[in-house]
Amino acid sequence: MDDQIESGIIKKLLYINRRAPHGTIYAHEALEVVLIGAAFEQDVSLAFIDDGVFQLKKDQDTSDIHTKNFSKIYKALEMYDVEKLFVEKESLDKRGLTEDDLSVDVEIINSSEMKKLITDSEVIFNF
Amino acid sequence: MKFGIVINEGPYQHQASDSAFLFTKAAIEEGHEIFRVFFYHDGVNNGTRLASPPQDDRHIPNRWSELGKEHDIDLVLCVAAAQRRGIVDPDEMKRHKKDANNIAEKFRISGLGQLIEAGVQADRLITFGD
Repeated sequence: MDDQIESGIIKKLLYINRRAPHGTIYAHEALEVVLIGAAFEQDVSLAFIDDGVFQLKKDQDTSDIHTKNFSKIYKALEMYDVEKLFVEKESLDKRGLTEDDLSVDVEIINSSEMKKLITDSEVIFNF
Repeated sequence: MKFGIVINEGPYQHQASDSAFLFTKAAIEEGHEIFRVFFYHDGVNNGTRLASPPQDDRHIPNRWSELGKEHDIDLVLCVAAAQRRGIVDPDEMKRHKKDANNIAEKFRISGLGQLIEAGVQADRLITFGD
């Protein structure tokens, strides 16, 4: 596979997840990029904002909508050395969610900290 | 400057591919380099040669092919996204035992690693889509 970057450049990559996990394929295909990207040994962070926070919701069950329940994969990200997951507090609050509703360990940050995370990143993959 | 371009939406349904095309063309005219154009999600549908839009409308896949040939731009369709949506090159046709292929000229199908590489190698990665 084409998973080596010969130049040895390491950049700060940020994946921004803004959409609900189901209803469209964006969240699922975004996760596929994260998994493939993990092989490139870059400095990776994931951000969850707006409806994107639902991607991390515990106990998802997609059997009635006939789509794949990929939510389990977020728990496996640690094994791929993808460990920096940031969730925007305001997005959780607006949706009545707390850290206890999430299936993985995350760092909850406010919107100005999120803004800084985005500004400090070098490459942004926006889903 | 070296640009990487990402297109996340299909042709006609959404303006993303048109905007990306105009941006790419303008960037080249201004002397910039396009490292790669990567088509993801429904964006892979920009790479079918079987589209037949009305004659008085722009032909989105064809004009990408032509721009690609003229300036030797790397036009890459994500393999996983393409497989789901039935965008097939001769290799994929053989591998999945399909009776046809439909990839447009100058496009190629490759892995998501090509997207990551574009992000790392380009000075700016520009995403077109919602």
